[in-house]
Amino acid sequence: MRKTTRKAWALAAGVTSIALVATACSSSDDPGEGDETADGGNITLTVATFNEFGYTDEMFDRYEAEHPGVTIEQKVAATSNEARENLNTRLAAGSGTADIEAIEVDWLPELLQYPDYFEDLSSPEVEGRWLDWKVQQATTADGKLIGYGTDIGPEGIAYRADLFQAAGLPADREAVAELFGGESATWEKFFEVGKTYTSATGKPFFDSAAAIYQGMVNQEEAAYEDPDSGDVIALENPRVKEMYEQVTTAAVGDNLSAHFEQWQPDWQNAFQNDGFAVMLAPGWMLGVIAGNAAGVTGWDLADVFPGGAGNWGGSFLTVPSQGANVEAAKELAAWLTAPEQQIEAFQNKGTFPSQVEALESDEIKSATNEFFNNAPVGEILANRAQGVVVPFKGPQYFTVQDAINNAITQVDVNGADAAAEWATFEGVVQGLG
Amino acid sequence: MATSTTQSRAGRRLPDSPRTPRRVGFSQKLSRWDVKVSPYLYISPFFILFGLTGLFPLAYTAYVSVYDWHLLGGQGDFVGFENFAFVFQEPNFWKGLRNTFSIFLLSTIPQLMVAIVLAALLDANLRAKTFWRMGVLVPYVIAPVAVSLIFGKIFADQSGLANSILGTFGVEPIRWHGSVLPSHMAVATMVNFRWTGYNTLILLAAMQAVPRELYEAAVIDGATRLRQFFSITIPQIRPTLIFVVITSTIGGLQIFDEPRLFDQIGQGGPGRQWMTVTMYIYELGFGNQKSFGRAAAVAWVLFLIILAVGLLNFWLTQRIASDATPQARKSRRKKVKR
Repeated sequence: MRKTTRKAWALAAGVTSIALVATACSSSDDPGEGDETADGGNITLTVATFNEFGYTDEMFDRYEAEHPGVTIEQKVAATSNEARENLNTRLAAGSGTADIEAIEVDWLPELLQYPDYFEDLSSPEVEGRWLDWKVQQATTADGKLIGYGTDIGPEGIAYRADLFQAAGLPADREAVAELFGGESATWEKFFEVGKTYTSATGKPFFDSAAAIYQGMVNQEEAAYEDPDSGDVIALENPRVKEMYEQVTTAAVGDNLSAHFEQWQPDWQNAFQNDGFAVMLAPGWMLGVIAGNAAGVTGWDLADVFPGGAGNWGGSFLTVPSQGANVEAAKELAAWLTAPEQQIEAFQNKGTFPSQVEALESDEIKSATNEFFNNAPVGEILANRAQGVVVPFKGPQYFTVQDAINNAITQVDVNGADAAAEWATFEGVVQGLG
Repeated sequence: MATSTTQSRAGRRLPDSPRTPRRVGFSQKLSRWDVKVSPYLYISPFFILFGLTGLFPLAYTAYVSVYDWHLLGGQGDFVGFENFAFVFQEPNFWKGLRNTFSIFLLSTIPQLMVAIVLAALLDANLRAKTFWRMGVLVPYVIAPVAVSLIFGKIFADQSGLANSILGTFGVEPIRWHGSVLPSHMAVATMVNFRWTGYNTLILLAAMQAVPRELYEAAVIDGATRLRQFFSITIPQIRPTLIFVVITSTIGGLQIFDEPRLFDQIGQGGPGRQWMTVTMYIYELGFGNQKSFGRAAAVAWVLFLIILAVGLLNFWLTQRIASDATPQARKSRRKKVKR
């Protein structure tokens, strides 16, 4: 009897230790920069971004040439979720962040609660560089600026002219803008055009219901949180449920959606197979479309957006305080977000600048995009930036958005029941805090 | 060992006792310490290491789990078992538990069965033995990220290889990401691909150590290959089998890489179709909630579950394998007598 208990204990200890060793093994470590010395020596600056920022190796080479001793390494995460988790983990660990970390406006508010992790970037040199609301988003209550604005995301409608034509719809970009209602375009009208297209061709109209919802919610002044109290009002706000129902009905009820989840392999492949005819296209999406649809002709950009202007995304460059070369990193971040470089990034990947000077520049105004049938993308996006409502996004914004995004994806992609998924979403929101 | 030490000390003290010594020489004191302390010192490295890497994290996780602890904000108020209570009423926790066990069963059972059979085949007299033996280990060498990328393409819902192959047989496309069970099967396939060879080699090593005379005797007795496998091989490799089962249990219940990399977002699907408990811990700690307290609570629950399942498996394997053991032992004794 006694022997068995002792044996059991030994076994328990063994199992425990193996379990713990196995756990310890799963942590991944990042190779640190080898040649880091103090000021004056050779330094390596890492720049961590996600999706498309439009910064090219050629730009970094130029900077390196102007700043002897500086080497720049770029790390690109596939999605903003991934970049966010990386950053949070490393901030908490106290080491391992890149010298410059890009953050997206949706998860900026939660980091603004802990400004101590970041350098104060405000300086007379960069004052007045950005649109006021862009600066406001990255400024704490006591006036600390934690991020330099990179791009903003005014949205137009990217569409396949050839598919429109085949469906008997106008293909010319002015006519398409009129088709969607021109200045008075609404989401109802958008879905109506979709029904016309789908009934004519039997093919899906847009790529993903979650993407359409994203376009809608970015027009709400305060969708999920009360700007005054900071309370989560996602369930009390009738607009949230209205939009949810509108999108899921259009996507599944009217079958306008191609039922994809953005960024997944199926979605990426669909660009090559005429999977859908329209996409909501903020500036940075143009580069993504051109990349996924390489070799496909017919994409164009219409100067119109349902429900007034909309801004989807937009990012900032921050300098985490834990970095070894904070001053050099600040300098590089300021350089990257200066009007000239942002104009270049726009020309590379369509990331639309947030700098006042850049927005007024001829390069932007006259910019065209060959892939989009030489559309005057600079002019169109500048028009689309007029009257953008800046939604209030508090610390819980990302979480709520993530939850409703999952619910819509479940309904749209996986054929789940809309009411049941709404209940799941309610559960998540109620469990916050 | 302990008894012999006391005896010798008592034996030494006996003649001294009437004198009641006032002063004890330092060297004598030292040697007494030596007898008392040294054995513990000799075995201490293991315990120190175990304490540092095993016990301390375990205890510290328990400590964190009763606090309100934010990833960026740090330690907060003491909340008692609130974190546990929260976690138990979260539907995602139960989904994670369901997924973990489902993926665990779908991967571990076929994996171990295939591994045993493969090992038995490799144990036979083959041409180019080393080539085949190394071959089974190749998948294990491939980085999990690469495995996930490949299998992500194979199991893409609409444009994947798996569905187009099934399509040629007239099977409706399977929603590898959308539905629960297919997603588990896809993830389990990734796990099996990676770990079967690894387990095969361990079992093969054990089979190599089985005395060949046993097989010779069995052949003389007229036992078939199958009979040899069940009556000699399996009982003889029992300790290794137990080891493999327990490590697979631990690995299977902590599964993280493959399901996390099964899609780009890494949350285990929009409806958490394939989110495992470990992924849930990660999500609580580093995802939207950033609550280390809750993550630690789940980590502890998972630890207890693994312990329980590990013990159950130990008991089961012993039971299964022990049916044949007495015979095997008997046969060996017989052989010795001969």
